[in-house]
Amino acid sequence: MPNLRRGATRLRIRGPAVTVAIRVAIFLLSLVLASVLIFVVCAALPGDIAQVILGQNATSESLAALRHSLGLDRPLLSRYLDWVGGMLTGDFGTSFFTRLPVADQIATRLAVTGWLVFFGMAVALLVAVPVGMIAAVRRRRLSGAVISGLSQIGLAVPAFWAGILAVFIFAVKLRWLPANGYVPLREDPMQWAAHLVLPVLSLAVVQASVLTRYVRSAIVDVLEEDYIRTARAAGWTRLGALWRHGLRNASISVVTVLGLQLATLFVGAIVIESVFALPGLGQLLLDAVAQRDLMVVQGTVMVLVFAVLVVNTAVDLSYVALDPRIRTARR
Amino acid sequence: MSTTALTGAPLLAVRDLSVAFDRGRRRVLHQVSFDIAPGQRLGLIGESGSGKSLTALAVMGLLPDSAEVTGSVRWRGAELLGQGERALARLRGSELAMIFQEPMTALDPTMKVGRQVAEVRRLHRSAEPGRVRPLVLAMLSSVGLPDPVRIADSFPHQLSGGQRQRVVTAMALVNSPDLLICDEPTTALDVTVQARVLALIDQALTREQAACLFISHDLAVVAQVCSNVLVMLDGRVVDGGPVDRLFRAPEHPYTAGLVATARLDLVEPGSRLPVIGDFYASGAAGPQ
Repeated sequence: MPNLRRGATRLRIRGPAVTVAIRVAIFLLSLVLASVLIFVVCAALPGDIAQVILGQNATSESLAALRHSLGLDRPLLSRYLDWVGGMLTGDFGTSFFTRLPVADQIATRLAVTGWLVFFGMAVALLVAVPVGMIAAVRRRRLSGAVISGLSQIGLAVPAFWAGILAVFIFAVKLRWLPANGYVPLREDPMQWAAHLVLPVLSLAVVQASVLTRYVRSAIVDVLEEDYIRTARAAGWTRLGALWRHGLRNASISVVTVLGLQLATLFVGAIVIESVFALPGLGQLLLDAVAQRDLMVVQGTVMVLVFAVLVVNTAVDLSYVALDPRIRTARR
Repeated sequence: MSTTALTGAPLLAVRDLSVAFDRGRRRVLHQVSFDIAPGQRLGLIGESGSGKSLTALAVMGLLPDSAEVTGSVRWRGAELLGQGERALARLRGSELAMIFQEPMTALDPTMKVGRQVAEVRRLHRSAEPGRVRPLVLAMLSSVGLPDPVRIADSFPHQLSGGQRQRVVTAMALVNSPDLLICDEPTTALDVTVQARVLALIDQALTREQAACLFISHDLAVVAQVCSNVLVMLDGRVVDGGPVDRLFRAPEHPYTAGLVATARLDLVEPGSRLPVIGDFYASGAAGPQ
């Protein structure tokens, strides 16, 4: 017991700088481990890129020659080091198939997926935070129960089904919005926005349902805290106390979920991209897997992993800002 | 049973206050009545579950929505029961203040305590730019916190239980309330800290000339602050009157038990310590 106690004290008295340094170190280590894992899995995948390119009738000599020119006959370690070293300078290698730089392909696609994920999360939050709050405050009334029920339904709806339904109603029947495709922001901002509305909404419906439930339960927990009663005894109304003293405390647990949800949002975006024929990372990844274009697969997965790790690190660092018990040492 | 004020109209008049939960099936408070005159201090004593805290929360309008409250709670003659949250919020923290039992969780962990005290002031007395901070510091030092600047800039987790209870006391007193409700304010504290916080509440009440409803399970503690006491048992007021009368001639056997267990200095050395059960078997003697 004494040892445990001492450990706990040490944890508590470490300053914010140490917390941040530890979190950044974990981030870097995760990134290295992820790159090894991605590389090894891609190398171990069945299927031969040379065979795919040259077809079933190719001779074994021509296959070997192509493998050599692609560098596939070199030892795994040196291929791994080349790949990682290149990524550090922004060079993700060359596609085996198209012979184009992988980094350029990812960059143009990332813009599409990035907008989708960003607006998907933003819309989900804008819906979930107020709705979750109302559901928590009115949990003993009919309106609260209705919100909980709706979010349960939203949870059960797959994003692609919501997408197809949205296309059917708003694009096919009402003809308000385009059913699919993408226009870059620089070409035509209005068309860009019009093409993003349905995909973003389909993605946000599910996310908003999930988040509403988490916001609700976080607020319900906070409402039962003693400091909310203290705040009301000091002259806040129930809602005022929640706004002033509840939200920040509730946000600590909601932010955790937000980080985890962002990973599922990327997966959801990939599905939504194929429903709406958006030229995003998801389509790039699916095409590359079908063609055994390992450089593109590796690079795309690495970018997705990087994005998720960055978000999770940002979430952990936000605790330092949100919770003074982590930020400040005991006096 | 009521303690009638000696002078003038009562500040707080509670009549037949009853509270029930589960759609009236579980009645937890039965027709509690009492008055508190301006500056008067009334003790409310009884074991846990006897309805002391419920009485206090009902007066403050802080019971959960599921509670059914009947009877009457009048503040300066105006009925509080049935008032909206907004109207009650204007009174709470300003004319009526409350100190709770558990200082460790009573403060917002994400906000510096100085801001939490200042907020209570700003909530009720709006136009005082630049004067709130000095007032908060003065308040913190008046509740016995040395180095109020450092305390004001601390988060709750950086303070001890006794320091936090002083901060909560400062929050309750910062608007000079007319009635301070103390719900076991020293129960969660060390014995040595208890005595100091108690003395401090006593001084503050005298200084502010505030009335007080002081809740405790400990007659000795109540006797230090209050002159009049009500004894509660199973949601009912069973006895009451001036503290010295209660000590001399308790009416209810339960009160006799309370008095005997509070006066351990009278116990013969070597004999068994008295327990309330020696005087009153719960359920044997029906409430009056």
